[in-house]
Amino acid sequence: MLRDIFITPFVDMVEAPDFLMQVLWEGLVSGVLYALIALGFVLIFRSSRILNFAQGIMVVFAALTLVGLHAMGLPAWIAVAATLAVMFVLAVTIERVVLRPLVGQPDIILFMATIGITLFLIGLGETIFGGENKVMITGELGIPTGDTVLEPFGGLLILQHLDITVVLVAVALVGALLAFLNYTRMGRAIRALGDDHQAALSVGISLQTIWVLVWFIAGIIALVTGIAWGARAGVSFALEVIAYKALPVLMLGGLESITGAIVGGLMIGVLEKIFEIYWGQPLLGGNTEAWFAFVLALIVLLFRPQGLFGERIIERV
Amino acid sequence: MKDTEGYVTADGRQIGGVLMELRNITLKFGGVTAINDISFDIREGEIRAIIGPNGAGKSSMLNVISGFYTPTEGSVWYKGEQRPKMKPYEVARMGVARTFQNIALFEGMTVLDNVMTGRLTHMNAGILSQAIWWGSARDEEMENREKVERVIDFLEIQNIRKTPVGRLPYGLKKRVELARALAAEPSILLLDEPMAGMNVEEKEDMSRFILDVNDEFGTTICLIEHDMGVVMDLSDRVVVMDYGRKIGDGSPDEVRSNQDVIDAYLGVPH
Repeated sequence: MLRDIFITPFVDMVEAPDFLMQVLWEGLVSGVLYALIALGFVLIFRSSRILNFAQGIMVVFAALTLVGLHAMGLPAWIAVAATLAVMFVLAVTIERVVLRPLVGQPDIILFMATIGITLFLIGLGETIFGGENKVMITGELGIPTGDTVLEPFGGLLILQHLDITVVLVAVALVGALLAFLNYTRMGRAIRALGDDHQAALSVGISLQTIWVLVWFIAGIIALVTGIAWGARAGVSFALEVIAYKALPVLMLGGLESITGAIVGGLMIGVLEKIFEIYWGQPLLGGNTEAWFAFVLALIVLLFRPQGLFGERIIERV
Repeated sequence: MKDTEGYVTADGRQIGGVLMELRNITLKFGGVTAINDISFDIREGEIRAIIGPNGAGKSSMLNVISGFYTPTEGSVWYKGEQRPKMKPYEVARMGVARTFQNIALFEGMTVLDNVMTGRLTHMNAGILSQAIWWGSARDEEMENREKVERVIDFLEIQNIRKTPVGRLPYGLKKRVELARALAAEPSILLLDEPMAGMNVEEKEDMSRFILDVNDEFGTTICLIEHDMGVVMDLSDRVVVMDYGRKIGDGSPDEVRSNQDVIDAYLGVPH
C-alpha cells in the first residue's frame, strides 16, 4: 500500500516521460481556463469588493448567446461581435439595476445579489435559447481541430490544435489585460478604485463608469472561456460547474492578486490531473478531479489563511 | 472688498478676485447641525485657512467644497456661477483637488502610479485607443508622464518613485498625497490637516512645500489646520469656526486679536 502511494507513481513518471508530458499538457490547458475564470472574479472583487457568484453563469450565458445567435442565422464573427454587445448591455444593466441601488451595503448583500443575477441569467438563457445541449461553433470560428503528434523520448505526445489555440488566445488575452491595467488611464483607475474609493472619487474617477467597464471585461473573459470550454465539452448549463473550480483557485491565489489567479489556476489544473492519473485512478477508483482542488485549497487555508499570494493580514490593535 | 478686486498681501503678493464663494452654507446630519449658516470666499492665488477647535465643522466644510457632502441649505459659487448638486468626481473634474485628513492613497500602487491618477481628469483618449495602446492614448500617457515627473521633482520624492505607497512612512505619504492633488493642476487645492501627526521637521518641510506650490504655480490653496502657529505663518486670510458657526474672518493679525476667537481657543469664565 505504502509502496503504491510513495514509490510506484514516481517510477511510472520516470519510466514514461512522454506520458507524463501528456498529462502535464492536459492539466495545463484546464489550468489556463481555470485561471481565466478566476481572473474574472479577481477583477470584479478588486474594484468593488464583490465576490461575483455569477461569473460561472456568465461563461455559460456568453457561450449560449454566441451559439444561439449563430443558429438564428448570423455569421460566426458577427455573432461574436453581437455577443460582446450583449455582454456590454448586461454590464450596464447590472450596474444600473443591481449595483447602484446597493452602494454602501454590506458585502454579503452584494454577494447575495450576484446569486440573484446567477438565477436570473439561468432563467433568461433557458427562455431565449432553450436548455438542451448545444455544440460550439468551433469550425465556423476558424478554430483548428486537428492535432500535432510529437515524439519526445521516443514516445508519443499528442497536442490538440484546439488546446494550443486556447492556450495562445488565453496568453494573449491576459497579456493585453495586464498591459491595459498597468499602462492606461482606465486601467489605473480600476486599480485605484480597488485600493480606496474616497481617494478615487477625489481624483475624478466615477465609480459607475469603472464598474460597467470591469463587468464588461469580465464578460469578455467569460466569452473567451465559454468558447474554449464549449469547444471541449459542449455548451450547456453544466458548464457552470467549472466556474466553481475557480473558488479553490481563488483560495490559493488570493482574491486580489492577478498573478495569484494565473499561478493558482495553472497549479490546480496541473496538480489535479497528475493526482488523478497517478494516484486517483489506480488507488481511489478515479474521478478525483471533482474534489481534489477543494481539498488542496482547504489544506493551503489551514497553513496560509490569506492564500499563497495574498497580502499578510496585519491588523493594528 | 469687491468680488472682482484683489488685495495685496503682507508679503507683497497680488491676490485676485473671488474664485469660490460659499453662501449661507448649513449642513445638518439628522438633528446635529455641523455647519450653521456660514459664508466666506476664496480668492484667486491666496492661501486661505479654516481653523477652529475639534468638532468645529472644518472637515465638513471641506467636504462640502469638494462635493463629498451636499449642504442642507446654501449654495456654492465657483468662477462666478452657482454650482449645481454634484458628485465628488464631477467636482474633481472641475479643477478642485484635495487631500484627506487620514491619508487616502492607493496603497498597492507605486508612488508614480498614485501621482499619475492625479492626471486622470486631464486624460481623455478613447477607450479603444487605450485598449490597443496606440495613437492618442499613447501620446497622452507620455505627455502626462512628463508633467507628473515635474511634480515629483518639485516635491523631492524622486528617490521613492517606484516604491509601493504602502511601505512609506507617514510623512512621505502625506507628501505623495499632495503630489497627487498637485498633478491635477487644480484651480483650488484643498488640504485637510496637511500637518496632522507630523513632527516639527516634517511640519517645516510641508509648510515650505505649501508656500512653494502657491508661489511657483500660483495655485489657490484652502487648508484646514489646528496648529495655530503654522496657520498664522502660512495663510493670507483665516476663517475661524466654532461649533459650526463662523466666529472670525480676516488676516492672521485681525483674527489673533478677535475676542471671540481668543475665547474659543482659551475658554471664557462663565
